[in-house]
Amino acid sequence: MITNPLLDAMGVAKNYGAVAALRNASLSVLPGEVHALMGANGAGKSTLVKILTGAIRSDAGHVLIRGEARDVRSPAAARRAGLLPVYQEPALIPDLDVLSNLRLTGTPVEPFRAWVRELGIPNLDIRETARHIPLAVLRVLDLARALAVEPDVLLLDEMTAALPANLAEKVLEVVRRQGDSGRSVIFISHRFVEISALCDRATVLRDGVTVGVVDIEPGVEEKIVEMMLGARIEKTSVAAARMANETPAAKDSHPRLAVRNLQLGTKLHDVSFDLANGEVAGVVALEGQGQDELFAALAGSIRPAGGTIAVDGAPIKFSHPSDAIRAGIAYVPGDRTEALAMQRSVRENIALPFSAAPRKWGPIRVRRERMVVSSAIARLQIDTRAQGEVQRLSGGNQQKVTIARWIAADARTILCFDPTRGIDVGTKQEIYKLLRELAGLGKSVLFYTSELEEVQRVCDRVIVIFGGRVVDTFPVELADEPALMRAAYGLPRGAREDVGILADIRPASDTETAP
Amino acid sequence: MTRFLRNQGWVAGLLALLIFLFVVTRLIQPGYGSGDFGSLVRAVLPYAFAVAAQTVVVIAGGIDLSVAAMMALTSVTAASMMNGASEEYAFFVVPFVLAMGLVLGALNGLLIVVTRVPDIVVTLATLFVLQGAALLVLDAPGGAAAEWLKATVVGTMPIPGLPDWTDAWVPKALVLLVVCLFVVWLPLRRSRLGLSIYAIGSNELAAFRSGVPVARTRIFAYALSGLFAALGGLSLTISTGIGAPIPGPYLLASVAAVVLGGVALGGGKGGLLGPIIAVFVLRLVRTDLTLLAIDPNVTTIIEGAIMVAVVMFGAFITIRGRPAGATP
Repeated sequence: MITNPLLDAMGVAKNYGAVAALRNASLSVLPGEVHALMGANGAGKSTLVKILTGAIRSDAGHVLIRGEARDVRSPAAARRAGLLPVYQEPALIPDLDVLSNLRLTGTPVEPFRAWVRELGIPNLDIRETARHIPLAVLRVLDLARALAVEPDVLLLDEMTAALPANLAEKVLEVVRRQGDSGRSVIFISHRFVEISALCDRATVLRDGVTVGVVDIEPGVEEKIVEMMLGARIEKTSVAAARMANETPAAKDSHPRLAVRNLQLGTKLHDVSFDLANGEVAGVVALEGQGQDELFAALAGSIRPAGGTIAVDGAPIKFSHPSDAIRAGIAYVPGDRTEALAMQRSVRENIALPFSAAPRKWGPIRVRRERMVVSSAIARLQIDTRAQGEVQRLSGGNQQKVTIARWIAADARTILCFDPTRGIDVGTKQEIYKLLRELAGLGKSVLFYTSELEEVQRVCDRVIVIFGGRVVDTFPVELADEPALMRAAYGLPRGAREDVGILADIRPASDTETAP
Repeated sequence: MTRFLRNQGWVAGLLALLIFLFVVTRLIQPGYGSGDFGSLVRAVLPYAFAVAAQTVVVIAGGIDLSVAAMMALTSVTAASMMNGASEEYAFFVVPFVLAMGLVLGALNGLLIVVTRVPDIVVTLATLFVLQGAALLVLDAPGGAAAEWLKATVVGTMPIPGLPDWTDAWVPKALVLLVVCLFVVWLPLRRSRLGLSIYAIGSNELAAFRSGVPVARTRIFAYALSGLFAALGGLSLTISTGIGAPIPGPYLLASVAAVVLGGVALGGGKGGLLGPIIAVFVLRLVRTDLTLLAIDPNVTTIIEGAIMVAVVMFGAFITIRGRPAGATP
């Protein structure tokens, strides 16, 4: 029996000026299937999603919904056609409360509440202003809002990115059941684990062209990666490579960074650890356990209430990020818009930290700047076709720019906060390699990641934070995913109890300030 | 209760400030009574409408520099139309002038949406255009207003069942203001259109993705602003009996009151009540300073200082009240 596709897009193309974002993309989704849309960053996934949901217009191609040609001109029209997206950035209006947000989109309240409970948030206050709700919960609310109107096709863009494990699990379960109940889901993700657990088929995009549609079956990952990249990439364990070509650095008398008894409001308690030269130390924590504050304190953007930070053995107090930068400590935030001047060029963005360094007023030495910048660009293989404005680069390339600027500025310590969030496999590999190379050059890296599998690829050592305390530190050899997961939930090493799925997902401060 | 304070704390604080100022006024001038209050409200009336016009646009994430010029144009139009005309003719003039404000405001919005020129540039341009148009209608202050219209802002409103001394504190101008503002604002606030205005001001992309017709909502916000500006122009004509083609100091006053009234200049936050109370606060401060016989040049310096101080104090309170580590 041949079932007719619920959604059928063919020959879709879109140009931004001279840059072709999509050249010939197609996507066909059957009723009741969970369909993965995959592709490296810049392959055109987001553009295709925007076209399907009416956020932008395509230059060519057509979209059939239930066999009929539909011209989806706006998000509102897409909703009417039964197509509902949940984007990476939640579409809830920050200044309105949840209830008003529902009224704005005409979403029925009761089904919404039911879905919210289903998704693992038992006590939501719908009069709460969206701005005061943690990001992870907002994303779940956005999903619940979409589910409540029972769309025919649900489009999930990196739905589980930045979700703590317990929420992600619930979300995946609900998505799976959507497929079973005859609705279709288009699922965009970089996580193979999720895709193989969830999806029936996958459409793979490369350079704006659909290069293949595959059934998800065991062992299909290699094939998909091959399609996405157009060439085989070796999936070598970084740990193995590290053993081979790195000799352990001579132990210095002082660690590069020594943190002792760091204290910050209700967020950090008595945090102590060392970061040695030539080391990549991983930080693992669930959402909102104080890791944001730890990185901000080390980067000099907030002042800790107590404790000491010593750089190369000398205690130091940061009262401004420029103090940290002067001490050679650079912060790479997870949110790229926090780090980059989006309207400026790649060159300016990379040159900013060293050209605008404090006490270096006066003319910029253009030739030197150009040299440093181009060597950084070459080193990170940044795609500079759209280098006039950073905002026109793909996410992966933007992330590379944020790291490149600190390499150009020759920072000795780099604080990477979830640098691979929402980035394609190829770029991820490049970033892992880069971090290892930096360590090989004697620089030190503190690396927070929300994806546990990255730990063994990159880190030498893992620091686990739970409830604002360092609960465990272990060498990378022991840091497999189950062990990290247990530790991240604050369970002692070696404990065998099940990890509670319904663990409290809200950060401590929210529960405290609630009336 | 906590949430009420968080959402309405600013308005409550402003109200307390206003009451404090009334007390101060009584201390400076023990004879300050209902009559003086009545003239305060009459003086506030055009300012209040100007502020309402600005507030709507600012909540939608924009700014309207043409408010005062729009008031001048509508004011002279009304005054010249009623000049020498019969009393009944005013029944036509009022809706005509209001419609004119609505259309001109919508035109502002349309220009912003279609040309994609920034709002501050478009409304600056319309400021000049409307200023010129006002001078074409009347090249010098003149015209007239219908007697029954003038009567709507003079005197007090007798409320049945209440003693006279309370009536004395309810000037007609205040009733007019409250009715005009809330007949327009309250239903809007509760409608999807009102939500949309907040939504596009708060986060345009999220609003777009939620299916809000962003362009249409923006045009509507400017049209509403035009309507309020026309009400302001009418109130000018009514309370002075003539129309003046040169715009009064309403533009900067409106921005000042919007800021003081707890509306975020970035959009999405605040309401109409705060700015209206703020306008009373600003006028009352001026009255007090006049009563104290302070040099008028010093007066404006003090007004500016008060504005910065209040906004700073408010921001300070907000930061202190926020849970540690929460995103701003």
